[in-house]
Amino acid sequence: MTFELFSNLVGAFFTLAIFSFLYKDNPLYQMSEQLLVGISLGYGLVYSYERVFIPYLWQPIFLKHQWPLIVPAILGMFYLLRFTRKFSWLSRYPIAFSMMSVGASVALAMHSLILVQMRQAMIPIENFNLFLIFIGTITVLLYFFFSKAHTGVYGKFVSVGKWYMMVGFGASFGLTVMARISLLIGRIQFLVNDVFGKLF
Amino acid sequence: MKKTIPLIIVIVGGIIFLLWVFVPHKIMADDFYYEFFTPWARAMAPFAALLGVMSLSMMHTAKIKRRAPKWQYSYFFFAGFLITTLAGFIGGTQKGGIFMWMFENMAMPMSATMFSLLAFYMASAAYKAFRARSVEATVLLLAAIIVMLAQVPMGVKISKHLPTISQWILDVPNLASKRGIMLGVGLGSVATTLKIMLGIERSYLGGGE
Repeated sequence: MTFELFSNLVGAFFTLAIFSFLYKDNPLYQMSEQLLVGISLGYGLVYSYERVFIPYLWQPIFLKHQWPLIVPAILGMFYLLRFTRKFSWLSRYPIAFSMMSVGASVALAMHSLILVQMRQAMIPIENFNLFLIFIGTITVLLYFFFSKAHTGVYGKFVSVGKWYMMVGFGASFGLTVMARISLLIGRIQFLVNDVFGKLF
Repeated sequence: MKKTIPLIIVIVGGIIFLLWVFVPHKIMADDFYYEFFTPWARAMAPFAALLGVMSLSMMHTAKIKRRAPKWQYSYFFFAGFLITTLAGFIGGTQKGGIFMWMFENMAMPMSATMFSLLAFYMASAAYKAFRARSVEATVLLLAAIIVMLAQVPMGVKISKHLPTISQWILDVPNLASKRGIMLGVGLGSVATTLKIMLGIERSYLGGGE
């Protein structure tokens, strides 16, 4: 048995262990699930040590002698005080520091999610599709406007937005299912070609 | 000291960040953002990751101590975590090492399979929605079926117009609904960030004194 085949067999074992959940919840699935969480956490920890801690904290302080960085290092340590009873309030300081950036998101969200969308919506209605898009945008927005009761002619107009959303959700659903199915095909191809194909 | 100073940091920092978007001056663009905020945020980030590790480890330790349901599986969490961490720190993260081998032959197949499982659950959800026999659910499913069929060769064999219809669904009703939702999300996110900046929303600071 080659090392590649052994590696593929390990991959196949865990693939089948996860697939076993389709039958019912079982110890093999539970074991794999917890193992996946553990490995992912270890992977994240090692990478954040190697790619963030060393180049952005250790090297600047101890090799380049950028001493002011000791302040954010201490602030970062305050995160860990979250678990103490007496000093857990100190963990609010690094959280507050990272929350400062919400100021930028006021302007950036206003630009990308509101102004750009409005600019794209306010174009001359030159064909029937543009008319449909215009009506759809207005009715979907009104559907979420609850200050006026959805009754009478207004209610009927607003319900058009619901149909638009159903079609939109259907399209998103279809695209997501296709993405998941392509992953499923990938796993089945792995089992058939790389494992069973090489075993038998 | 316990709540007021963090609140002041958020309010003052939020205003500075708001100015940073509009003021292209060197003090804002270089001195504040690149020389101060980015290096400080990067220096603090590893501790946030460590907080996550500690939190999850403490949760599993408590689960084992209390003999909570399915506590035995927490040992597998620790096994996976410790082996990967030791393999990364001792053996290195280069290709060919145990760390990368574990990622490629254990974590990757498992996470890909986990996501592919969702295909089955989504199919079952679609079946349940179809059984509900409401007109809305039928419209949703019809749109989904057209979009799905248009992406596979079989769809073109059923009707050569299917890809055109699918593209129209994506370009017209889908675009209109997403645009309406996005505008709503935008207004909501601006309102929430303003509430944070004005000190009305404080839940991110946690409970207690």
